Amino acid sequence: MSHDLITHTFLPFFDNDVLRRSNDAGVVIPKRSTPDHNLDVGKLAISTDSHVVWPLFFSGGDIGRLAVCGTVNDVAMMGADPLYLTAGFILEEGLEFEILERIIKSMQASAQEARIQIVAGDTKVVQNGKADGVYINTSGVGILPNDLIIDGAYAQPGDIVLISGTIGDHGIAVLEARGELGFRSGISSDIAPLNDMVQNILEAGADVHVLRDPTRGGLATSLTEIARQSHVCIEINETSIPVRPAVNAACEMLGFDPLYIANEGKLIAIVSEASAGQALEAMRNSRYGDDATVIGKVIDKPEDRVLMKTALGTTRVIEMLSGEMLPRIC
Amino acid sequence: MIKYLSEYRDVELVRVVIDEIKRTITQPWVMMEICGGQTHAIMRYGLDQLLPPEIELVHGPGCPVCVTSLELVDKALAIASQANVIFTSYGDMLRVPGSDQDLFSVRASGGDVRVVYSPLDAINIAQQNPDKEVIFFAIGFETTAPANAMSILQASSMNLMNFSVLVSHVRVPPAMHAILSSPLNRVQGFLAAGHVCTVMGYWEYVPISEQYQIPIVVTGFEPVDILQGILLTIQQLEQGLYEVDNAYTRLVTYNGNKPAQKVIQQTFTTCDRKWRGIGEIPSSGWCIRSEYASFDAEKRFNVEGIHPNESPLCIAGEILQGIKKPNQCSAYRISCTPENPLGATMVSSEGACAAYYRYSLEEI
Repeated sequence: MSHDLITHTFLPFFDNDVLRRSNDAGVVIPKRSTPDHNLDVGKLAISTDSHVVWPLFFSGGDIGRLAVCGTVNDVAMMGADPLYLTAGFILEEGLEFEILERIIKSMQASAQEARIQIVAGDTKVVQNGKADGVYINTSGVGILPNDLIIDGAYAQPGDIVLISGTIGDHGIAVLEARGELGFRSGISSDIAPLNDMVQNILEAGADVHVLRDPTRGGLATSLTEIARQSHVCIEINETSIPVRPAVNAACEMLGFDPLYIANEGKLIAIVSEASAGQALEAMRNSRYGDDATVIGKVIDKPEDRVLMKTALGTTRVIEMLSGEMLPRIC
Repeated sequence: MIKYLSEYRDVELVRVVIDEIKRTITQPWVMMEICGGQTHAIMRYGLDQLLPPEIELVHGPGCPVCVTSLELVDKALAIASQANVIFTSYGDMLRVPGSDQDLFSVRASGGDVRVVYSPLDAINIAQQNPDKEVIFFAIGFETTAPANAMSILQASSMNLMNFSVLVSHVRVPPAMHAILSSPLNRVQGFLAAGHVCTVMGYWEYVPISEQYQIPIVVTGFEPVDILQGILLTIQQLEQGLYEVDNAYTRLVTYNGNKPAQKVIQQTFTTCDRKWRGIGEIPSSGWCIRSEYASFDAEKRFNVEGIHPNESPLCIAGEILQGIKKPNQCSAYRISCTPENPLGATMVSSEGACAAYYRYSLEEI
């Protein structure tokens, strides 16, 4: 649904070469308004993300850590080194100061961990009842070398698809915090900054074509987006996809599929076959990458599709998440 | 719980049952899995790809969201749009298209529509909001009926007068009669819905099997369960037998769950019911008994002026009776998608069109 909104509502009006690439961040070469005076600072990756998660605190994280890591990761997925963030707060009248302070402390700790600075901010207060405590928008800027191109449209037949760890942890942790599971899963959100992992993969010399963090809509939706952008088929193996048993159990009970559950500290890397070993080793040697593994490969046909080889040796299609994820009846 | 699932997804065991099916079958057979949950499992695991070509699986009416009549969906939308109302429903129902809109659009225009996981959640909401009317949309087959009935009994014992239930309960046996007596019927064997039989047992199916001389096998929802159900059906068909058999013995007994049946009988009475796309099937529903009429949302909210207007393109009725398959519909994937559904079968997690859309390789 948000895919449709972007394609049919926002893009026609805001249309330009950068947005049209539909990546996690826009990559630009800074230029002065007068031609022929390019600045020699390399390329910039710029991204923005608004965070409205409810509840504000959940196992493994909070809205503050999410606001920092979400944007850091979007910038990092272009291969960029994130440097600066801005933060805009929309506060609901009556929000307790202690709560705000906890969130800000968490943002500070996450920024420190990601080695970025929050260099501008804004605060607005809205009437009680017009926001769920606090909403946070963050924008981020990072730099990347001129010759580095990592893009959702660059997956090529023969490439190898990797994931940095178990899927579905964040979505299940948030559902549990909302009291919607009706049981304790013991799962914590995976929220984490992934910029170090990205730099480690690049420094290992891996030939990286696509990086993406599978947030809302999960692994299935991100892979489908990439397959459509690159006009290739991505084939994954069900048995290779790492899922914690507790996440699997929660999904079984509610009728969800872990492939569609949100992650906030995982990345998909699509790399040349020859450099898959280097990429995997770099991921596993990075913080938050212990469970990194190969989950599939890129083939040429059928274009724009994701297929999954099931444990039983059959094949099925993987579609994007459509609309809100809803629990089944029985 | 998860521990008892992996055994029924075991690759080796699947292979063993498939080999046995292949050894047994000598000619083409058409069988219907009644439950939409089974349809989804078949497509999700690609079980159809493992079966020999002689077996044709057609998909049954066992999708409660799909068969809830358009008239009742429109009534739900009208009630949910009223002021001072909290309308609660299982999540699956929110995307189901009514004549003009769905519950999501009612919510977007300011209606208080809430997803609940159990009717008892709706009871809690009613207790917490004594100044509001709280309605629960009780849809489902025999599976959800006991819990929904319990909510009425509980509201009654608590004298919770701001709570009511919009009932759309349907029953499997009358639907099987309707399918088998149709001149268009192709079904030669049934995989009965395991969850329904967990509540009801399978004594009701014995006269159906005898009357139409058709094998009926109670079947579960995991790959090994479904293949075992298919194997037992094929064995009967190949030998010219027609009996009711049970391939889901770990949960289903002949008599079913007696206390649950008692709660149903206490609260509901059999009534005629309209099925979306199919029409009225005699004695195919459960309605609230007169003793509990004050909890009946249809009686409490006098919704006038409902003129159901079904999409002329949607063939969900034929799909739900196993006459056609989703990819035989001219609107499928073209004017009907999960984002813009013409019928409920495209949005329900038990709908056949949704199963094809999400999992099937045939389209590419």
